[in-house]
Amino acid sequence: MHDVNWVALSVFVLLFGLITWLGFAAARWRQGDLDQLHEWGLAGRRFGTLITWFLVGGDLYTAYTFIAVPALAFGAGAVAFFAVPYTVAVYPLLFLVFPRLWHVCHKHGYITAGDFVRGRYGNRWLALAITLTGIVATMPYIALQLVGLQVVIGGLGISGTDLPLIIAFLILAAFTYTSGLRAPASIAIVKDLLIYVTALAAVIVIPIRLGGLGRIFAAVPHEQLLLAVPAPHSAGAYGAYATLALGSALALLLYPHSLTAILSASSGRAIRRNAALLPGYSLMLGLLALVGFFALAAGVAKLPEFAAGFEQFGNNFAVPALFLHSFPDWFVGVAFAAIGIGALVPAAIMSIAAANLYTRNIHCEFINRNPTPKQEAQLAKWVSLIVKAGALVFILFVPTKFAIYLQLLGGIWMIQTLPALVIGVYTRWLNDWALLVGWAVGTYAGTAMAISQDLKPAYPLKLGDWNLPGYTAFYTLIVNLGIAIVLTLALNALSARRVVADETVATDYHA
Amino acid sequence: MSNTEAKRGERSTWSWWYLLFLIQFAAVLWPPLYNRAEPALLGLPFFYWYQLACIVVAAVITALIYLITES
Repeated sequence: MHDVNWVALSVFVLLFGLITWLGFAAARWRQGDLDQLHEWGLAGRRFGTLITWFLVGGDLYTAYTFIAVPALAFGAGAVAFFAVPYTVAVYPLLFLVFPRLWHVCHKHGYITAGDFVRGRYGNRWLALAITLTGIVATMPYIALQLVGLQVVIGGLGISGTDLPLIIAFLILAAFTYTSGLRAPASIAIVKDLLIYVTALAAVIVIPIRLGGLGRIFAAVPHEQLLLAVPAPHSAGAYGAYATLALGSALALLLYPHSLTAILSASSGRAIRRNAALLPGYSLMLGLLALVGFFALAAGVAKLPEFAAGFEQFGNNFAVPALFLHSFPDWFVGVAFAAIGIGALVPAAIMSIAAANLYTRNIHCEFINRNPTPKQEAQLAKWVSLIVKAGALVFILFVPTKFAIYLQLLGGIWMIQTLPALVIGVYTRWLNDWALLVGWAVGTYAGTAMAISQDLKPAYPLKLGDWNLPGYTAFYTLIVNLGIAIVLTLALNALSARRVVADETVATDYHA
Repeated sequence: MSNTEAKRGERSTWSWWYLLFLIQFAAVLWPPLYNRAEPALLGLPFFYWYQLACIVVAAVITALIYLITES
């Protein structure tokens, strides 16, 4: 590969040093007893509107976002813009459902989705299903963040060694262990400011250099500029695009790391305000998706100095290559640091969320039922290390170019927890065993369908003489919900006198 | 159970204003509405600038709903 870019590397290392210091110093920020799980894992639920904005924004709009969405635009064109309807559809859900969930979790001291399901349905096996789904879907997602980091390290000209990745990983592990959720929250502020600067610079400077947006889009192959118009009797690309956006939106907030960040807010009101404020990040994401087209128009894939990068990272190298091509070295350092730190923030939150899940809903439920609060917090800290180590091992086995599809597979699993969680926030009507069966069938069917399509997100459903390709997660959610409803009706009909366990009451769900 | 079921009055948390959310869903989840290149804005095809604009519109709608329902 090309030589090391020392100026960019220096800026990169400097900014990494800054956030490392910040990560450790964060232990004393809004100080709490870090030997309590809700202090380590939820930062004491004390973040107001602004910190929640940075934290949730830094959490949901990950390094994957900044690498893979533009990479998809670069490689496949218009379809990559599904990220925009996706983020538009997600905020009504945040506004309506999650303040209710926040209230009930606050009232009962729930830290995870598993805690809520355990309390709401009194069924440890349903809670276990939700927990395992969360952990299993989170692992590849953490690995995906490390892939993002790998790409920018490669872009700095460092090749042939995994040492930088391991160093970054050790830093991440250490400050997460020490400071818990306070670390990513404080780092998110720096990371988000860097990302906004980078995105704005990219969408202003690069189009000027390339002769304007009109010229850039003239360089996009005609068939990639828009979605293909569906043939008669087919929903075609339209169906795939809309269900991909909607399904992704429905799954996003169910992820453990989303819930962890949301539950660390200080009130339901802070969450509702953020539903109106977080689209700021969506706008940036949409603009960054355009950067994929800029890379296409700039022809970076054909420049000899980037050949090795593209060979190693595929289309994921498009954005780093464009930045190297368009920006002075010092700013490349800033931009790459933004992406690199952008990987650490969600990776930290994800490992905390997975650790909370394991501790609360597996260890304390099935192994040691009465730990002291200190033991509980200590265990979670250790598990967060194990989870990250697992993710590091994981990326050795995952081809980088499938990064975005792998995340979509996690989405298929995650969406299966929607009936228990989201509907559970509104009503206890669904039977817990019916939910468990629906979850199992949805998970199995979704995985099988995805594998049958080589892990591509869209499944070519045929109904009569209609072709309805759509996002597998969305279709299997319908199956899951259908089973849960039918079985609930059947079980209700079978047993006249049913005892329903539910430790929550209606007033727990709002202020 | 029947006791909590009876108390499950959702009226205190439901508002008809929430139906405004349907506007943003419909606007972005129906691709035939916007899958075309013209009219372009500053060289950006309609497909792209329309969806970017929807983000802003959705944020404004959400803010309105927040302000109305919070008071």
